[in-house]
Amino acid sequence: MHTTRIDVILKTLDTRAREKTREFKRLGAPSLTDVVIVDSYITSANLSSDEKEQVLRSLVNPNIERGTIDNTIIEKPFTVAIEIGYLAGVTDNVGTTAMETITDVTSREHNDASVSSARVYALYGNVNDLEVERIKKSLYNALIERATLVTWNEYVAKHGFSKMIPHVDLHSTASADIVSLSVSDEELLAMGTAGIKGADGKRRGPLALSLKDMQTIREYFKTLGRNPTDIEIEMIAQTWSEHCKHRIFASPMEGLPKGIYKEYIKRATEEIRAKKGKKDFCVSVFSDNSGVIEFDKNWLVTHKVETHNSPSALDPFGGAITGIVGVNRDAIGTGLGSKPVANMYGFCVGEPTDTHPLFRDERMQEQMLPPRRILDGVVRGINSGGNCSGIPTTHGFLICEDRFRGKPLVFAGTVGLLPRKTAGRKSWEKAARPGDLIVSVGNRVGLDGIHGATFSSVKLDEGSPATAVQIGDPITQKKFSDMLVKEARDLGLYNSITDNGAGGISSAIGEMARESGGCRVDLEKVPVKYPGLAPWQIWISESQERMTLAVPKNKWKELSELAKRRGVEVTVIGEFTKGGQAQVAWNGKTILDLSLAFLHDGWPREELAIKEPIRVLTPLKRSAQSEFGTDMLALLSRPSIASHLYIAEQYDYEVQGGSVTKPVQGRGRVPAPSSVTKPVLSSKAGILMTSALYPTYSDGDTYKMAAASIDTAVRQAVVGGANLDSIAILDNFCWSRSNTPESLWDLREAGRACYETALAYETPYISGKDSMHNDFRGYDHKANPVSISIPPTLLISAIAVLPNALDAVSLDFKQGGDLIYVIGETHDEFGGTEYGAMYGHATEGVPSVDANAWAKIYKSYGRARKYTNAGFAVARGGLATALNTMAIGGGLGYEIDLKKLRGTYTSRHAALFAESQGRIVCTVSKRDRESFEKIMGANAVCVGKVVKDDVVIVKDAKDAIVATTVEQLQLAFEKTFKGF
Amino acid sequence: MKTKPKVIVFSGYGLNCEAETKFAFEEAGGKADIVHINDVIADPKMLLKYQILAMPGGFSYGDDTGSGKAYGNRLNNHLGPILTEFLKRDTLVIGICNGFQILTAAGILPGALTYNESARYMVRWVDLKIEGNSPWTKNLKTISVPIAHGEGKYVPREDGQVNIAFKYTEGAMCEYQHLPMNPNGSAQDIAGVISADGRILGMMPHPERGMFFHQRPDWQVQKETFKNKGKKLPMYGDGFALFKNAISYYNKKVTK
Repeated sequence: MHTTRIDVILKTLDTRAREKTREFKRLGAPSLTDVVIVDSYITSANLSSDEKEQVLRSLVNPNIERGTIDNTIIEKPFTVAIEIGYLAGVTDNVGTTAMETITDVTSREHNDASVSSARVYALYGNVNDLEVERIKKSLYNALIERATLVTWNEYVAKHGFSKMIPHVDLHSTASADIVSLSVSDEELLAMGTAGIKGADGKRRGPLALSLKDMQTIREYFKTLGRNPTDIEIEMIAQTWSEHCKHRIFASPMEGLPKGIYKEYIKRATEEIRAKKGKKDFCVSVFSDNSGVIEFDKNWLVTHKVETHNSPSALDPFGGAITGIVGVNRDAIGTGLGSKPVANMYGFCVGEPTDTHPLFRDERMQEQMLPPRRILDGVVRGINSGGNCSGIPTTHGFLICEDRFRGKPLVFAGTVGLLPRKTAGRKSWEKAARPGDLIVSVGNRVGLDGIHGATFSSVKLDEGSPATAVQIGDPITQKKFSDMLVKEARDLGLYNSITDNGAGGISSAIGEMARESGGCRVDLEKVPVKYPGLAPWQIWISESQERMTLAVPKNKWKELSELAKRRGVEVTVIGEFTKGGQAQVAWNGKTILDLSLAFLHDGWPREELAIKEPIRVLTPLKRSAQSEFGTDMLALLSRPSIASHLYIAEQYDYEVQGGSVTKPVQGRGRVPAPSSVTKPVLSSKAGILMTSALYPTYSDGDTYKMAAASIDTAVRQAVVGGANLDSIAILDNFCWSRSNTPESLWDLREAGRACYETALAYETPYISGKDSMHNDFRGYDHKANPVSISIPPTLLISAIAVLPNALDAVSLDFKQGGDLIYVIGETHDEFGGTEYGAMYGHATEGVPSVDANAWAKIYKSYGRARKYTNAGFAVARGGLATALNTMAIGGGLGYEIDLKKLRGTYTSRHAALFAESQGRIVCTVSKRDRESFEKIMGANAVCVGKVVKDDVVIVKDAKDAIVATTVEQLQLAFEKTFKGF
Repeated sequence: MKTKPKVIVFSGYGLNCEAETKFAFEEAGGKADIVHINDVIADPKMLLKYQILAMPGGFSYGDDTGSGKAYGNRLNNHLGPILTEFLKRDTLVIGICNGFQILTAAGILPGALTYNESARYMVRWVDLKIEGNSPWTKNLKTISVPIAHGEGKYVPREDGQVNIAFKYTEGAMCEYQHLPMNPNGSAQDIAGVISADGRILGMMPHPERGMFFHQRPDWQVQKETFKNKGKKLPMYGDGFALFKNAISYYNKKVTK
């Protein structure tokens, strides 16, 4: 075989290499002095020497780069070089692009030739084997990549790096296996837990099915008079998984015969919609991939927030990028295709400074990544996924808490835009019709992402499957996204669309088959990355960047021609049918034949036992020495409060040109809790996005935890520019120990809060998702068993439409002399708060919410907001932190007096640091004082004023209790993540 | 009714700012079409219907093999002669961000763009001082617009030949947010360059993201100042002038 290797190196300063040098040193290679990066392309194309030169010229920009053909490129002897390339069969985007370039410049086809891309890191200085190993590990993911060490002598002797191109060995033709269910209950349970046994005797990975589930499946096949195939069991497991069916939310509980979802979440929305009557803005809720609400007379907006926790624990970069790109697909798969217009992210990780090792196995071979690595990885993942896709990241947050080190939470959300009508149809309605072709769009299927749905439905431990990690390829997705939502949708080329997320085509086609009443798939037609995959693997693989369409037969030609022009792969893999069966064939032979009724509704319902947990609550233990000023600064440096500007500013929030109030606000560039963006440049209207969560409140009371999350999200929306009656919310429950009655009791309480609080604010739920098993079971550095469960968490995201986007109000102080108002009451509430965490981990006195009373105040605020010029919803860190954030934002000081504050608080530190909900701080110019006070009445008290000098003064009547400067505040706020 | 100048905005393979770029040209009085590069390749002559060519921002080919390279190669290999013909006429070209990277990779503008000094993708606002003569920047002195890029450090040709369009400077935004003036380590603080006759402009900052006043990071502070003076908030931001200039370049000719 002819192979050619082209190496490219930067002639100018390579800042990537400089950053890698720093990163590797930090990993523990102190004597490393330098890193040189080489980008390589190895091709099997048969090229003449002239052509090789042509190709070289198109891969090298002579102003900044130099390249070599089949020769050494590095002149200075390195200590060792690490070459990272892809494993055989893995999608190689860079290689694909390089191959296109070769075809372009040589003006001829190179049949069967390919390019394999690689990157070399040559290390200089005194690095030992152990350090090299550590660096190597940080550079690649063994699931998809290979890493090779090259010594200087080898390099010189072979005149360069290896010219090997990895290729896949053909396997024998795979087929579906029959699985006998005539086995003992023990074996059934083992199968449900660890998977079907393969021919090699190894189990294939978790099905996450209980014994009762397995028995139900056995009964079903008994009535059919046959044993199931492996692909049938896998499809049932995927469909019935907690991840896909949300069984805990759907199961009856004491006092809730229809379960939490129907009795609390869905019921709240139904009652609110009925109450709103003509003012109801919901268009499609809970039934599609995102919730859909009205935007203006021509447009609708969609919103969905997902979690990608389990994959992010194993591969933070891969987990986060597939999280964001995956939720983008939820938008594209909503209605007939919603165009993504805004992304949000949220990370809950361990304390970044924590370096205590944790292991998944007792032999301490499989070490969990430390919180800092996880944080770095997820930050990069959202960066790559969001920026590459051209979708602004308009909102995000970071929470750091010790209990997230076993399993981080990674939230990703996408707002989309849908025209009300497209190709003469209502855009939010879709249905595959019998006879429609099943068309697969986008990437090919590989082994990546097998058992993702079932894996995320169980706890993380030694048996967690490595193949559950998927790889993201945002550009492939961008290409089909543009083709679908900018062209094919409006040409009416398909009747239905959904994304292939958890559960792959099994889930996507299984869901769409319900619209038409059945499906028949010819599985061998599914495009694969490499041969040899078993049918069940093709069926449930979660290989990314794929969607499924229902295409009328007479539209296929037009669609396939369009796809060809746009560089998108589309393939017919079957047909939607009627008759109620899901059928899959493999080379003509039926290997799956399940009734849709059994598949979707056959899972056994069991009443979930609940039991009130016994909580021993600890009070605040404030030390006598602590000073208000010092506490104030310490709070600003706490990682859940401190500035995470370094994250926000590396996510493009300006693309699409819609930003109004940005995720980074004011002179001091403060990450903001809400933002407003204009998804339609020609419309006046805008959308506000915000979110709130209080995981640690769960240590005291999950009802209050949930109520506070809703209140804060709603309040942030109201402060930022939304009117209360225009806010919709989304729920993301992330729970732990969900198999225990105590945890389920807590869940029910949170559900009750969701119902009661949303009803009071009349904020309907439009979409939701839950992730119930955020537990880690493993070992510490002495091989002692450890289990870590996250504090039960509810993320509430809010979205609201502003008829005039320019009504938005940012958080930063605007000018000296403006009056500072506090709305709401302050109480001695420290349970689960940031201040409480500083002093004895207080759990007593979790902040309460009085939504019925506060709804009236928020409505008034909506009318008074136009007289405010800055606003902040008091949240983490209390009143002091709210004021300080506004001061840093504006680069202006303030003077306040606590004595006028309303509420039952009994101490100055409660006035400053308690996290009582329902409070707003805002500033009003003197010229608007009367107009503002007339609307707010006694609910707003003026506590002081903004000053243009760099001074911050807090008084309590005559006593000055804090005197500091904005500069000090800003230093404290920014120091935590300096250098990240 | 006079005919509006026609603008072609390229798209495809991961470019992603085509919609707002089209919007800016149309708001300025032009008629803009977004056309996928493959549709231009299928019918190259269509290019000659247009007066203005815009290569918008984005992530063409995911920056694989280097930002702008693969798209630049595609332009050269499939549209080389027609582009030459297009450029010979009295046309205007703008490359924004990835579009600028594409124009340099294709050799239409000199120099190259490489990794930021920080080696990190960065979003912020910058201030630009206008240099040189170009229809695009006529009557402008300084403007403030945002950047969002990972490879925006300009490296001139080895012979040093470059016609500078914009230099990063210390202006309103740097003062407002205490920012260093050069965000990426560009040589000579270069933010954008022009062809010798000024008709082709390449720039890393995004004028289309600064076309409205409310896109400025300080618009809420300014709003107070305007209110104090009893004035209305302006509608447009600094970036809009570039699009206006391009359109009036043709409109003035028509009236002549």
